[in-house]
Amino acid sequence: MEQAQSAPMPRLLANPRWKAVAETVAIPVIALVTAAIVFSGFLLFLGKNPLQFFALVWQGGFGSAFSLQNTLQRAAPLILTGLAFAIPAIIGLTMIGAEGALVLGGFAAAALAVPLVAAGSPPMLMLVLTAGMAMCTGAALIMIVGWLRHGRQVNETIASLLLTYIAIATMNFFVEGLLRDPASANKPSTVPIGKDYMIGPIPGTEVHWGFAAGLVLAVLLWLLMSRTTFGFAARVTGGNPRAAQAQGLPVGMLILACSAISGACAGLAGFYEVTAIHGQANASLVAGFGFTGILVSFLARHNPLAIVIVAILFGAIEASGGLIQRRMDLPDATAAVLQGLIFVILLASETLQGRIALFQPASDKRA
Amino acid sequence: MSPDEILTVLIAMLGGAIRVSTPFMFVALGETITEKSGRINLGLEGNLVLGAMLAYAISYHTGQPWLGVLAAGGAGMFLGLLHGLICSLPRVNDIAVGIAMMSFGIGIAFFFGKPYIQPSAPRLEGLPLGTWSDNPALRQALEINPLFFVGIVVAIFLWWGLANTRTGLIVRMTGDSEASARALGVNPIRVRVLATVAGGFLAGVGGAFLSLSYPGSWNEGLSSGQGLMAVALVIFARWNPLRCIAAALLFGAAGAIGPALQSVGISQGYYFFNAAPYILTLFIMIASARSGAASQAAPGELSIVK
Repeated sequence: MEQAQSAPMPRLLANPRWKAVAETVAIPVIALVTAAIVFSGFLLFLGKNPLQFFALVWQGGFGSAFSLQNTLQRAAPLILTGLAFAIPAIIGLTMIGAEGALVLGGFAAAALAVPLVAAGSPPMLMLVLTAGMAMCTGAALIMIVGWLRHGRQVNETIASLLLTYIAIATMNFFVEGLLRDPASANKPSTVPIGKDYMIGPIPGTEVHWGFAAGLVLAVLLWLLMSRTTFGFAARVTGGNPRAAQAQGLPVGMLILACSAISGACAGLAGFYEVTAIHGQANASLVAGFGFTGILVSFLARHNPLAIVIVAILFGAIEASGGLIQRRMDLPDATAAVLQGLIFVILLASETLQGRIALFQPASDKRA
Repeated sequence: MSPDEILTVLIAMLGGAIRVSTPFMFVALGETITEKSGRINLGLEGNLVLGAMLAYAISYHTGQPWLGVLAAGGAGMFLGLLHGLICSLPRVNDIAVGIAMMSFGIGIAFFFGKPYIQPSAPRLEGLPLGTWSDNPALRQALEINPLFFVGIVVAIFLWWGLANTRTGLIVRMTGDSEASARALGVNPIRVRVLATVAGGFLAGVGGAFLSLSYPGSWNEGLSSGQGLMAVALVIFARWNPLRCIAAALLFGAAGAIGPALQSVGISQGYYFFNAAPYILTLFIMIASARSGAASQAAPGELSIVK
């Protein structure tokens, strides 16, 4: 303790609250820098110029209006699947079923769209109904997991993984059978919803509305989890479920509500994949967004606002893939290697939490 | 369906189950070792894909497919070591690290695998065990890859070794109770890292089967998630290596139903069967979640059963 007081300390860090914030920001930044250094070594080993690489990531991700829009477009599903992991994580559950909720939600939206389009429903009504359908389907899937967890003590991680595979098989069952569009020869798909019914871009941009939805939901869920009684109860339950139960908190209802929010977010991501990108449901929905969302949420420490930032960062790395491929003669998987490396190092950096003396409250110094 | 067609479907399913089950068996056995030590590795999909790529590349360059199998195992060990070491750091979440290792392994495999999508490498030859039969379909079904038998031998060895050797006892004890392992002077971290490395080796070998036997070439869509499914398989097999064989055959047969039915002209409706093993696993989990016998089979230190 004497040491902490005698050490010259930046004035800003004198406040314990600021110390916590500084630690939350500093550790990911340290990890990002480490990942960049390791990746530079990898590029040097291959005889490529790391500086050129990072300049191209910047240029391809944020350098022009076109690349920025590309970045935001790719960030949209990651924000939603990141939120889908973060909300259950706050209440202490590791649910990895966002991939399944996305696929089943997207499929349900496409399936409902077919009769609505055939009946000539107004596009707006069709979009509202299918969005609701996607969110309810995703929510129902993850609520099964929440119910199994709370009611029957079935591990939620494995249950959600199993339900993901069941969800994908369910979509395949219908897409290859009952709901298959006879015109889709090579890639079995549902009947396309048609150009008139697809969601256009946000006016003045080429970014689809999924990004705006992700942004709004992130803010709303941040408010919900940090500024309301519900969020407080959820955080207490996440910290110590038994204490929460003993305090009379409705743990079961909280878990079901968080599961529903999670599934609805992932289902909404599926809705935008169908109505803004593919126009129909098929195997393209199984793109791994659900699993990347898990990592996005971890890197953001399950903070809904930080998820937006991390998702945009990873959207930029993906968006710059093409440019890097053309200019540096590197395979398009380069972005995937960099992403994987960042994920691994950032997760390892969690261990620094509480270990950097500069960021610890003076009264709470641990060995 | 006529009796002849039913026979055709059954034979095609038998052959398909044996082919499809081999990578399942290796990843499941690998995951069993790791989970027996009290840790879960969700990243075996990365080992599988990187193993497949490296096995193909080495076989292409050296003309020796078995050297490719070894290299795949080595790549798997490397990823397993990385996973094991990172998860040994305090406050690190093993499930998230597994998923990160999966994307890292797949990224590396795609990065270095681009040049090997076109060329064709020497494959692992199957053993013609059906020469006694006149039925060409049965002969084809019984052309079984030696790796299938290697997998069975490994399973039997693991089943025996976990129950009867000192090493097996140490692994099981570390998985059941970290405190008692420490009390006996065992370093649980070292045991878990080694168990993850061994599990990674087997998963890498499973990947070699994908690229060198069936489907038998390297491309980016080679694995359909077998590595992630390993986790479900191990629960289905209740952490018993012998039951891993049965579980792998069952999961393999479920995957083989589609192509088998296609051979007699039925081309839809079978996707339900692909989901069947997962539905079954889920029911097993629900049924065993609170039963005493089942919780004895599960390693006590495993994060997914706590």
